[in-house]
Amino acid sequence: MKNNPLLLRRMGISALILGLVAALAYVALRTGPLAPTRVTVTSIQEGRLNPAIFGIGTVEARRSWMVGPTVAGRVLSVRVDVGDSVRAGQLLAEMDPVDLDQRLAALDAALARAASTQAAAQAQVADATARRELAAINAKRNQDLAAQNFISPGALEGRLQEKISADATLQAAQANLSGTAQDITRQKAERAALQQQRGNVRLLAPADGVVTSRDAEAGSTVVAGQAVLRLIDPASLWVRLRVDQGRSAGLVAGLKARIVLRSQPHTPLQGQVARVELLADAVTEERIAQIAFTTPPAQPVAASVGELAEVELQLPETPSALLLPNASIQRLQGQTGVWRLDGSKPVFAPVRLGASSLDGRVQVLEGLKAGDPVVVYSQKALTEGARVQVVDALVKASAGSAP
Amino acid sequence: MISLAGRDIAHSWSKFVLTGMGLGLLIGVTLTMAGVYRGMVDDAHALLNNSGADLWVVQKDTQGPYAESSSLKDDVVRGVRGMPGVAQAANVTYFTMQVQGADGGDTRAMVVGVESGQSGEPGYLVAGRQLTRSHYEAVADVKTGFALGERIRIRRHDYTVVGLTQRMVSSGGDPMVFIALKDAQEAQFLKDNDAIQNDRTRTSANPAFNRPGVPGLLDAVQALQTSSHSVNAVLVQLAPGFGPDQVAEPIRRWKHLQVFTRAGMEEILVAKLIATSAKQIGMFLVILAVVSAAIVAFIIYTMTLGKIREIAVLKLIGTRNLTIASMILQQALGLGLIGFIVGKVAATMWAPVFPKFVLLLPQDAVTGLLVTLVICALASTLAIRTALKVDPAAAIG
Repeated sequence: MKNNPLLLRRMGISALILGLVAALAYVALRTGPLAPTRVTVTSIQEGRLNPAIFGIGTVEARRSWMVGPTVAGRVLSVRVDVGDSVRAGQLLAEMDPVDLDQRLAALDAALARAASTQAAAQAQVADATARRELAAINAKRNQDLAAQNFISPGALEGRLQEKISADATLQAAQANLSGTAQDITRQKAERAALQQQRGNVRLLAPADGVVTSRDAEAGSTVVAGQAVLRLIDPASLWVRLRVDQGRSAGLVAGLKARIVLRSQPHTPLQGQVARVELLADAVTEERIAQIAFTTPPAQPVAASVGELAEVELQLPETPSALLLPNASIQRLQGQTGVWRLDGSKPVFAPVRLGASSLDGRVQVLEGLKAGDPVVVYSQKALTEGARVQVVDALVKASAGSAP
Repeated sequence: MISLAGRDIAHSWSKFVLTGMGLGLLIGVTLTMAGVYRGMVDDAHALLNNSGADLWVVQKDTQGPYAESSSLKDDVVRGVRGMPGVAQAANVTYFTMQVQGADGGDTRAMVVGVESGQSGEPGYLVAGRQLTRSHYEAVADVKTGFALGERIRIRRHDYTVVGLTQRMVSSGGDPMVFIALKDAQEAQFLKDNDAIQNDRTRTSANPAFNRPGVPGLLDAVQALQTSSHSVNAVLVQLAPGFGPDQVAEPIRRWKHLQVFTRAGMEEILVAKLIATSAKQIGMFLVILAVVSAAIVAFIIYTMTLGKIREIAVLKLIGTRNLTIASMILQQALGLGLIGFIVGKVAATMWAPVFPKFVLLLPQDAVTGLLVTLVICALASTLAIRTALKVDPAAAIG
């Protein structure tokens, strides 16, 4: 019994040493490179997918106009400002007509003068007609006299020549008269043309719309084709959507769309694919589609042109197939596959994938059967036959599920 | 035959154990320091592994994308895809920046722009899912502290964290945040709004770009200034049956680009990028080892000096020198063993608390054990020498 304290001490020391060795064994095998990789496992199930196409775009106006002069000139006045609603035909701005009014006045004077010339020509015709009548009567009388040999043939010939001359003079006067009429027509046409040009410096609204920009002020000089004002039709807003070419399968006109404007992230709007453009962007590798707003049907959408929008296009539901979370998909030496648990060892199983949905599920077309256990999450990259420990979750459950 | 060492230890075991634990903490610090160095190297390897690439195609005459900046046009990848031996090629962008979390605080992270389904994507997740939308989604490393569903802000856009991964770090140990390539291109080259406005004003004040006779020129120039089609590198995976150098050489020669194989990239990362900090830590490790050895020697020496009278008594009763020497040696080795175990356990326990990755390799532990035992044995020689010189008369004198 006298050895008891020593024995106790020895036992204490042995326990301590055992404890230390156990701790060493634990840290060597459970942590660091020798520890098994913790993974989570799911069993593959059949199901249906609701695939969707996601893209971003900007709000644009389907109908927009650039209103500007057709010839270079100086802006005389701008009558509307940005944000004003305008009606079709409304005067928006006016260009400086410079000398158009003066040229009109000159043409008016020229027209009046042409009318005078016409009156003079008419008088000449009347005069020539009178002279011709007189010459005709004289010729007739002299013919009668010549027939009775009262006058010489030479006198008759003189009268006949007078009649022919009078005829010719009348024709000349008539020709002159019709010339003056043509002159008036020409002058009138010229005046009408100038009038058109005068009207053309008045910039009118081509359709109902809203002024979106005022690019020139009174006094500034603009070249032909340069915009003074820009208009859009606010009822024709749509989203010009850009979709990654690689994920654009199934993009057709008529698909239902969910549009989230950057200004209203919590109130998604409804829409529909109005058009899918035939030309894709080869540089950005994107396809382009236009999404028309369908809600609210009557009132214009409270969106600004150029605003960023996120669009989700709903594709038809797929037929039932095996589904996996995309976190389990691995790429190993150019092969796509998953880590299937064979007993407790992971085995790489190449698979062929089908459609995928935005919530991260993907169809498995071949390579797995229903109920196969498949590794979803792992602490590090797995290798064939690595030691794994299956757990429920790798991070604390406080984290919500991914949207 | 009784164990003299065991008896002696049992006699004052608490003192012995406490000394061993103190020594253990010192050894733990040394092991941790080795772990920090290994962690740095492993960060570099993790970066290479996670990119999943066999070749890195970068701007000519640069050592990008990790060690230097490199800029390529994003259509270069199409030319690379057509080269013999290339199975897959993917654009990637890297840039380190502060990422703002939902709570307003920011985290330093390396933002990686990846093409979905291509190399560069995180190879494994610990929660959530991979990117499915082409914009405004992110997969983050758990070290960033972001949670699933959290909205994080990179430049001017909000991104939703849809997946979490682990051990995806830059060579500097910053956790990674993966976003879609187009977003990353925009984020990397996008200036803030003030800068854009100033640039626009500057351009419109330049008569070469704002010509009254050429409407639309200014708009075109300004659109050109804000668009970006650059990436930092192209990651290439080899087709089976092709060697890395065999594929790299034609790209270098005919595409006029710099190409690094895995070995070359490791050389850049380990030998060049982290060389100075690694040497710094290595230097510290050496000093720590020397200091630990000295302390072990002093502890054993003073322990022996503390029982000089007992040793004198032992000598007086005729104990052989060998027995006394083996007692001291056994005690020294025991101390070293306890110290090592405590140190290893302590290092393992506090390693995950470190902000950067600390990798404790088994071979480092084995080396550490051997070195500890050798140092203890060497240190005990000093004590043994003193003990053997003790005059037996000291026991009664």
